[in-house]
Amino acid sequence: MIAFAIKRFVQALGVMLVVALISFMMFRFVGDPVNQLVGVDTPPAERAALREALGLNDPVMLQFGRFVVKAAQFDFGISYQFKQPVASLIASRLPATLELSFVSALFALAVGVPMGVYTGLYRNTLLARGFLAVSLIGVSLPTFLIGILLIFAVSVNLGWLPSFGRGETVNLGGVWNTGLLTKSGLQSLILPSITLGLFQMTLIMRLVRGEMLEVLRTDYIKFARARGLSRRAINFGHALKNTLVPVITITGLQLGSIIAFAIITETVFQWPGMGLLFLQAVQNVDIPIMAAYLLLIAFLFVTINFIVDLLYVAVDPRIRIGGRTAG
Amino acid sequence: MSDVTSQETNRSAPGAFRRMRDSDLWYSFTRSPLAMLSALVVLIFVLAALFAPLIAPHDPFDPGSISILDSFLPPAWEDGGDARFLLGTDDQGRDVLSTILFGMRISLAVGFASVVFAMLLGITLGLVAGYFGGWVDSVIMRIADVQLTFPAILIALLINGVARAMAGPQSYDKVVFVVLVLSIGLSFWVQYGRTVRGSVLVEANKEYVLAARLIGLGPWTIMFKHVLPNVLGPVLVIATINLALAIITEATLSFLGVGVPPTQPSLGTLIRIGNDFLFSGEWWITIFPGITLAILALTVNLLGDWLRDALNPKLR
Amino acid sequence: MTPALSVRNLRIEIPTRRGVLTAIDDLSFDIAPGEVLGMVGESGAGKSITGSAVIGLLEPPGRVAGGEIHLAGERIDHLPPERMRHIRGKRIGMIFQDPLTSLNPLYRIGDQLVETIMTHQRMTTAEARDKAQRLLEEVGIPAAKTRLSSYPHQFSGGMRQRVVIALALAADPELVIADEPTTALDVSVQAQIIALLKRLCAERGAAVMLITHDMGVIAETADRVCVLYAGRLAELGPVRDVVKHPQHPYTIGLMSAIPSLTGDPDEALAQIPGSMPRLGAIPAGCAFNPRCGYRFDPCTVERPPPYDAGAGEAACFLHAPAFARQAPAETLRQADAAGIQLSIPNGEAAR
Repeated sequence: MIAFAIKRFVQALGVMLVVALISFMMFRFVGDPVNQLVGVDTPPAERAALREALGLNDPVMLQFGRFVVKAAQFDFGISYQFKQPVASLIASRLPATLELSFVSALFALAVGVPMGVYTGLYRNTLLARGFLAVSLIGVSLPTFLIGILLIFAVSVNLGWLPSFGRGETVNLGGVWNTGLLTKSGLQSLILPSITLGLFQMTLIMRLVRGEMLEVLRTDYIKFARARGLSRRAINFGHALKNTLVPVITITGLQLGSIIAFAIITETVFQWPGMGLLFLQAVQNVDIPIMAAYLLLIAFLFVTINFIVDLLYVAVDPRIRIGGRTAG
Repeated sequence: MSDVTSQETNRSAPGAFRRMRDSDLWYSFTRSPLAMLSALVVLIFVLAALFAPLIAPHDPFDPGSISILDSFLPPAWEDGGDARFLLGTDDQGRDVLSTILFGMRISLAVGFASVVFAMLLGITLGLVAGYFGGWVDSVIMRIADVQLTFPAILIALLINGVARAMAGPQSYDKVVFVVLVLSIGLSFWVQYGRTVRGSVLVEANKEYVLAARLIGLGPWTIMFKHVLPNVLGPVLVIATINLALAIITEATLSFLGVGVPPTQPSLGTLIRIGNDFLFSGEWWITIFPGITLAILALTVNLLGDWLRDALNPKLR
Repeated sequence: MTPALSVRNLRIEIPTRRGVLTAIDDLSFDIAPGEVLGMVGESGAGKSITGSAVIGLLEPPGRVAGGEIHLAGERIDHLPPERMRHIRGKRIGMIFQDPLTSLNPLYRIGDQLVETIMTHQRMTTAEARDKAQRLLEEVGIPAAKTRLSSYPHQFSGGMRQRVVIALALAADPELVIADEPTTALDVSVQAQIIALLKRLCAERGAAVMLITHDMGVIAETADRVCVLYAGRLAELGPVRDVVKHPQHPYTIGLMSAIPSLTGDPDEALAQIPGSMPRLGAIPAGCAFNPRCGYRFDPCTVERPPPYDAGAGEAACFLHAPAFARQAPAETLRQADAAGIQLSIPNGEAAR
């Protein structure tokens, strides 16, 4: 168990280093950092001094090492467009994105798993077919289109919910602005969460359904039936538990995707989160923010993967001894 | 199973049409109304896009034929609608139906090009990784692993951002299509690569490949003539589903403002433009392109789903 | 005495895209309480599907299309699902082929036993746990008490099959269906498992339907044997008679294909020419006729029902006097030489 955790941890570090290298190369070689920081009329001598001061004349490996050390201390340099430290920019936007992503994931799980179980167990009923049809539409519709349609239906036509922004936020301890504590904050959260979570929900539903069908075909379910266990015990005891192993994995990995996909939802709903910041960075070629965002997302992914692996071990006794078995 | 039928028909040499009609794939196609309907809709869309200049009632990119006086006209059946503009006009007085037809052209073109690029890249890297093995294989597959942990849209955005920085803002509009195809294609190659590599590893040890090697065929001849045909089925399924994804990704990038410029709008750009007018009541500018995009993506997806099931009887 | 299991004219159909297949056609047999009936036949002959039909777990779209199944005199083939469920596990126990996949990998052995016991018997959890421990001891698992909290993957294949047997016997069923219980196991443990199964069922007076393609297992274990061919009964009789004096040409071929320790090792084993037809392509008349060395006119036209033959019954026209008289003398002479006990005097056909 410990060895397994250490091995995973080392692998995670490796991935982080690779991503760090990519961000560093973006930072260092895409466009000239000096040009971004100074005006057009800055004399060459001043540029050279700045270049020296920034350490851009040092060997590349040394620069990379410095980049990694700084990144580990959350120092990502100065944003080209805002002329502010990237770290503080991201810190101010992070709570909005995390709250949105978390609520979306919750929504996706709370709706997706029961729908998946239902469509897996009663796959020929009208309702199950309906769910499947809806899920296909959910998979096919681009996220931004779902957001626009929701805004059009719920905000513009019905006027029930706000269509942009986070509503009123409450500051917690000076570092975290939360929208979860006010009525307008919660109302503002509904449409973006549905938009962001819908795709994951259909994904989870289809996954649970597929796994359920797979598990229901296995010998141990056949044997459980031959032992005369009740439908309930078979479906929800035996089948569901075995279904959950891959579901945990995928859901965990999807959590990372949700945070990345928040870029789109944040744009549609003008949600003041990291995604919106990143998009502005792409449009305005603000490399420090792009590099920092990439690193941050990679860090979130790797951390989530790591936790998922540990959870996996907790659910499946086979992994506790020896390696991971197939499936 | 289809081998038997194709052999039989080959003997009587009735040509490709008969062979297709007798195949299991065709049988399953004629038995699935949803697949047939989807194929019909996709066909209509593709034809409409191809012949957009002939079909479209107006040329939305000819400044002479656009009048600002016609702007914001609702669809023809609404109050104040104009029979000349079936689906209404946008803020510049362009016919929405015509912009959709031309937009679809760009969406489909970028979609197809990205899929072909991803497919070529993926198949090549998969063949190389599977055939040479060793460190070449490790490097390619590690890259695939790392890339697979990130959503395609994020990778496309990053590549897009880097390309934007390297090309500079002035010349960016000129290379935007290439950048789009590259960034979408680069974010999709992994699936093909993995499938092909897996298949190469399986096939490379089979006796017929050994036999082909014994009679002196070179590695690339073996790969392309013997191994590749075996993976075409899965690759076709991935390509179909990827086409829907590529169209969606292009639309998303354009919607986010990093895709096709408004001067030559794709469906995503049209939705982005129209989105600004959603609140002032001019819903048709964004909703009609939106519906078009949704139907296009849905039908291509349905086709992909059907194809996957038809080629994999075990999955049913 | 009422048989523990009585199957009458069973017919099982599987509708497919290319038409309805008949997996079991007009099959009848009985198993007395405490008796072990062996079911043999090639893969696809319909052994397993018969077992699934008896316990009410036919895989859709397969369905019982005709006939009756009686458990201790009570008809069970048309019971509503919920009532059939109470019979499964409680009155009929089932053992599947692969012990490696029969147990849910995510549940402890003890929990799976307790769950089964408490489904069928009114007990407290503590009582059920005691019973679970006794069952594990009975099937020969050492340190049963601590093993209750082990997971399936911590057991070897043979040990897992013992656990499966314990699960099947948990509610003391009156009939146990064992579907290839040793096929997936090491040869070295097969005999132990079979002996264990036989002893436990004998102690409980449970009837056993032992499905296998291994004639050796049948010869050692079964009281009577039922030979299936292409979903139809070929021969049914006491195991000694069927092994020593088979009465159906198919069974004769089957027996002579088994190597014996006393025979000449250099002598080639006899083979039956051809192979069993697929369910969609069963020939008219007797299903075995294209491969049969004794075939004569009615065999290709009419389907033989089971006739009394020797100590049991065989579905072959050679045992029906009215038909056998039409057979060529040479065929009858060969049949007689092969040990088929003809029902007509040997010289009669010559006239």
